[in-house]
Amino acid sequence: MLEVNKDTFEAEVLQAEGYVLCDFFGDGCVPCEALMPHIHRFADVYGDRMKFVSINTSKARRLAISQKVLGLPTIVLYKDGEKVKDLIKDDATPVNVEAMIQAHL
Amino acid sequence: MDKIYDVIIVGAGPAGLAAGLYAGRSRLSTLIVEKEKDGGQIVQTAEIDNYPGSIEGETGPSLVERFSAQAQKFGAEKIIDTVTDMELEGNPKKIIGQKETYLGKTVILAGGAMPTKIGCPGEDEFTGKGVSYCATCDAAFFEGFEVYVVGGGDAAVEEAMHLTKFARKVTVIHRRDELRAVKAIQEKAFKIENLEFMWNSVVKELSGDGLLSRMVVEDTKSGEQREILADEEDGIFGVFVFIGYKPNTGVLEGKLPLENGYVKTDDDMKTTIPGVFAAGDIRVKSLRQVVTAAADGAIAATQAGKYIENLEG
Ligand SMILES: Cc1cc2nc3c(=O)[nH]c(=O)nc-3n(C[C@H](O)[C@H](O)[C@H](O)COP(=O)(O)OP(=O)(O)OC[C@H]3O[C@@H](n4cnc5c(N)ncnc54)[C@H](O)[C@@H]3O)c2cc1C
Repeated sequence: MLEVNKDTFEAEVLQAEGYVLCDFFGDGCVPCEALMPHIHRFADVYGDRMKFVSINTSKARRLAISQKVLGLPTIVLYKDGEKVKDLIKDDATPVNVEAMIQAHL
Repeated sequence: MDKIYDVIIVGAGPAGLAAGLYAGRSRLSTLIVEKEKDGGQIVQTAEIDNYPGSIEGETGPSLVERFSAQAQKFGAEKIIDTVTDMELEGNPKKIIGQKETYLGKTVILAGGAMPTKIGCPGEDEFTGKGVSYCATCDAAFFEGFEVYVVGGGDAAVEEAMHLTKFARKVTVIHRRDELRAVKAIQEKAFKIENLEFMWNSVVKELSGDGLLSRMVVEDTKSGEQREILADEEDGIFGVFVFIGYKPNTGVLEGKLPLENGYVKTDDDMKTTIPGVFAAGDIRVKSLRQVVTAAADGAIAATQAGKYIENLEG
């Protein structure tokens, strides 16, 4: 799974064609750590049909805010650079994330 | 799923994992149904000093990892699913998840608790967009910004102090004219320069354009309402809510007697329905900690074993 940063986000996510799922996480965010392995697992299963990236918001705070992300963990699904759906905090469960992926395959 | 488990445990926090360990070790076929990750509330904390045997440097996740490994070692199965309904009377009992329905001879309710919400318009919409219940998750976003903390207990004041390291200014909004937090914490808090207090106030409304930038606060004495807007330069502010915890018993309403939402049990963790037990923060008790959650889980699993023995004669 590709980790993007504030310099590569634009090209890898906003300029990308098709679906991109982005995992916004942060240093010291324990629920983010717990969710991450599930996202990696989904990337293995669905990675050929959808792009998966993650971004450490601790190093890209302004970028996160520009994407209206102000709480962690947040999983955002983009299509052609537009936000289609986000799952935030308690809603960002593995079950919900997988359901969101399957609904957009 | 056709398999009938001996024990189905709802929730993989300390109570559920301890129950899984005891049930598995007693050779009961055991399934733990958890909606997200192992560990429950405790994975939010970076420090656990008071669980017996936890050593220096123990964190929520490190402790939980050992809880999980031990439950697994003794054969407890785990599935990720959110339980949305239950049929607890009769045999087998049905635990209905988003993905599947699970059958069990006994059920241990270990769904724990989660933070209480303010309950005002805009709160859900702006969760993760300015509203937070987890300082360790979201404090860093507010470096240099203004932050409000709702609450007046130990947790609220401690988290407010922690937030002053990030935010330009932190204001505690409290419904009364004095804090409930213990004196030692208060003394520390009153010395912090960028920590202020807004007394006799409650949050009535949260709003903004995509991100939180406006709230309405009401004076509890005069009933007067006023608007608080984000600094123009900032465009946003944060609201951290620490006003206690609420048990995850929504699906149990009307099925079991609840007291302020908590499940009532006897000393053996038995509820009023035979074969249904409750353990941990979800039940009526005087101390909600990891050590008591684990103890509850052990008792519940042992009693579930006894119940099955009697059932099968
Ligand atoms: C910030 C913080 C710091 C703390 N620090 C300490 C400390 O230092 N020492 C200490 O002893 N205690 C501490 N506590 C308290 C301790 O975390 C709790 O007492 C303990 O976690 C309770 O365990 P539990 O298993 O009963 O419930 P929980 O930990 O709440 O676990 C319940 C589990 O059930 C799951 N669940 C709920 N509903 C469903 C459903 N419908 N379907 C599927 N799964 C569901 C949840 O996802 C969760 O994983 C702290 C708590 C917090 C929030």
